[in-house]
Amino acid sequence: MRPAARPIRTTVPVHGEESLAAAHRTVDEAGQALGYGLVDQTKLVTAASELVRNIVLYAGSGQMEVEELSRGGQSGLRLTFTDQGPGIPDVGRAMQDGYSTGKGMGLGLPGARRLVHEFSIDSAAGSGTRVTIVLWRR
Amino acid sequence: MTAATPPSAHIIPLDGILVVTLPPLLGDSDAEHLAEQVGERLVAEQAHAVLIDMAQMRMIDSHMGRVLNVMASMIRMLGAETMVAGLRPEVAMTMVELGMDLGGIRAALSVRHGLADLRARAGRSE
Repeated sequence: MRPAARPIRTTVPVHGEESLAAAHRTVDEAGQALGYGLVDQTKLVTAASELVRNIVLYAGSGQMEVEELSRGGQSGLRLTFTDQGPGIPDVGRAMQDGYSTGKGMGLGLPGARRLVHEFSIDSAAGSGTRVTIVLWRR
Repeated sequence: MTAATPPSAHIIPLDGILVVTLPPLLGDSDAEHLAEQVGERLVAEQAHAVLIDMAQMRMIDSHMGRVLNVMASMIRMLGAETMVAGLRPEVAMTMVELGMDLGGIRAALSVRHGLADLRARAGRSE
């Protein structure tokens, strides 16, 4: 078990494709520190990759916050992806498989949602986007 | 932010088969160049198949999946066949849940299995 004294909390600025490697590394290290199994670790890094790439593609820049959570004896990581980009006019549609504005496969948001335990998205045209995901350690 | 550039892919010709070994994580610009490099080598070596060794890859997101699908389509148009080999179980599992599949790309358990399969198929068709 990790000492509870220093919960994981870090922020990675996202400003272009080169931020993807830093985001991978940060989530990878945080996940290993938390002690996920190999499948969950891979799912979290992959979900983070999709969401960081969305920031790069659609907003240009933003940030990813990584925080350790505990709830009822469970621990997990919460990743929050924030940008001040153009926002998503129709969030319901963007959550459908295969819906894409042409830059991707259309799997980013719905795919990331399937990889984690909790997923929320807050966005509107003109007001940026915030996506929050949580994966608990099983 | 990153100290070192991520390692790129290695391409080795082996009896008419191009073996492409991918690193644990392929950077975006390397991924974009991969199809171009593989296409050039395929023609130069007159290869009949491309075997992509994924054993080191720790993550395949939808971008990397798209790169692989595009490359496989290009290889098919050049008259050759693509096979992926050595996908890690946790990576395969994550791809399935993400909703991504590698379409018509054949898969093998390992490079050794893939080479045997490709050689047997080439033998049959000649």
